[in-house]
Amino acid sequence: MKKTTLIIMAGVTVLFLLSWIIKALALEGMQEDYIKKAFLVTFSAFLTLSILSFLYRDNPFYKFAEHLFVGVSAAFWMSMGFWSTIVGNLIPRLSQNLSVFFKVHYIPGDFNFRFYIPVILGLLLLMRLSRNYGWISRWSLAFIVGTTAGLNFIRYLRSDFIKQISATFVPLLVDWQGTGHFFSNLDLSASGQLVMMLANWTIFLGVMSGIIYFFFSKEHTGMFGRASRFGIWVLMITFGASFGYTVMGRISLLVGRITFLFRDWLGFNI
Amino acid sequence: MKRNVPLAITFIVGAVLIFSVFIPPMENWGEDFTLFFDIIAVFAFFLGGGNLLRVHLTKLSRRKQDWPYSIVTIMGFLLMLAAGLFRIGNPGDINASLTEQGSLFQTIYDSVFVPLGSTMYALLAFFVASASYRAFRAKNREATILLVAAFIILLGRTPLGTIVTGWVPESFSILQIPNLAIWIMNSPNLAGQRAIMIGIGLGVVSMSLRLILGIERTYLGGDDK
Repeated sequence: MKKTTLIIMAGVTVLFLLSWIIKALALEGMQEDYIKKAFLVTFSAFLTLSILSFLYRDNPFYKFAEHLFVGVSAAFWMSMGFWSTIVGNLIPRLSQNLSVFFKVHYIPGDFNFRFYIPVILGLLLLMRLSRNYGWISRWSLAFIVGTTAGLNFIRYLRSDFIKQISATFVPLLVDWQGTGHFFSNLDLSASGQLVMMLANWTIFLGVMSGIIYFFFSKEHTGMFGRASRFGIWVLMITFGASFGYTVMGRISLLVGRITFLFRDWLGFNI
Repeated sequence: MKRNVPLAITFIVGAVLIFSVFIPPMENWGEDFTLFFDIIAVFAFFLGGGNLLRVHLTKLSRRKQDWPYSIVTIMGFLLMLAAGLFRIGNPGDINASLTEQGSLFQTIYDSVFVPLGSTMYALLAFFVASASYRAFRAKNREATILLVAAFIILLGRTPLGTIVTGWVPESFSILQIPNLAIWIMNSPNLAGQRAIMIGIGLGVVSMSLRLILGIERTYLGGDDK
């Protein structure tokens, strides 16, 4: 390790300890376990700044935070999965004694022995760690793939195909309720007839032209090509809107972290 | 055994789940298989954890590059596992909630997992901004449309959008940026999303059929034995 890196690490450690002490002094009298609370807030701030330090370049603090995140999140999902699925759903159907041990409500049933199937397949999946018998895990993988394929076949056919097509066929001429109402309301509330018609036309033509763009079995020329080009524009609006939404989401997360640093850690009133 | 058994399992499970939709007595099979899937997924988490330990212990023992960070991963993993799986530092009995305030598990979650996770995602804001600076040049008509749509959505969700077009009379509120953003989301964006979803639906259905019928076999790996 370089001498400069060591000096920076020592400096950060000193700053961390200093921040802990200052935070503890600030919390003293306000909270019971103020030393622990001050440590946790300081440590969270340290981790936040460590991740943000990647904006400069890859560095030991970022690597520390990144490796810690990997370890903690792996154990987090293992724990959540064990307690919510194994203890919450499997054990109550498999064993009365284990249900008593884990203090969960036993669910009796005539065919509960079928729940041994996922246990066996799950254990076979762990064989992946074996060099010689790793191939057995394919059986479990095949079950997962088969289940996903079987469930998604129907689910996507219903929700992403049939329902979406059905929702696209909307009235392109809404009920005529008089000239005044038709032209006067441009406030984008769905009650405005003109606006509703405009929305329905946009959706119908947008979906049709979008699908035409994705249809590659015919050359995109002439009328078909023009429809395809309009489809690209609609898709560009969609991508732009999705992009805008993604940016907003990320910015709001960043605002959350900055708020944490300034309010919870540094104690500013914001 | 290595290839035919998995293919048979995929076919039987997939076909049974599709037929279960059409045969009323088999309706519950879908729920059962979903639960089976969840249970196997938990074993997959354990496999992932075991593999993580193996990889980092190997890295540590062989003193590979950046090996000291493997200690951090292993320590973090074991600490969270002790708190989560073995309930160390968790007040109350075995039935008590893991996420109870004051438990070691919840403390690590609040002080380590959440800050790290949200900052990781927040970091992407900078990279997205940098990428958009490069990509958002109105070089052609399509790029301009994308740029304008994104700009309206971004402005429409901030107070600036309201300030800039707040003077527009209510009867023409279509021209107010926040309303325009809503209209873009509800009409052209919906149309584009729908076209994509229909494409995805068709893609998933055809891929599911390929998997069930054994035409698609890449998930079995390259070993042909």
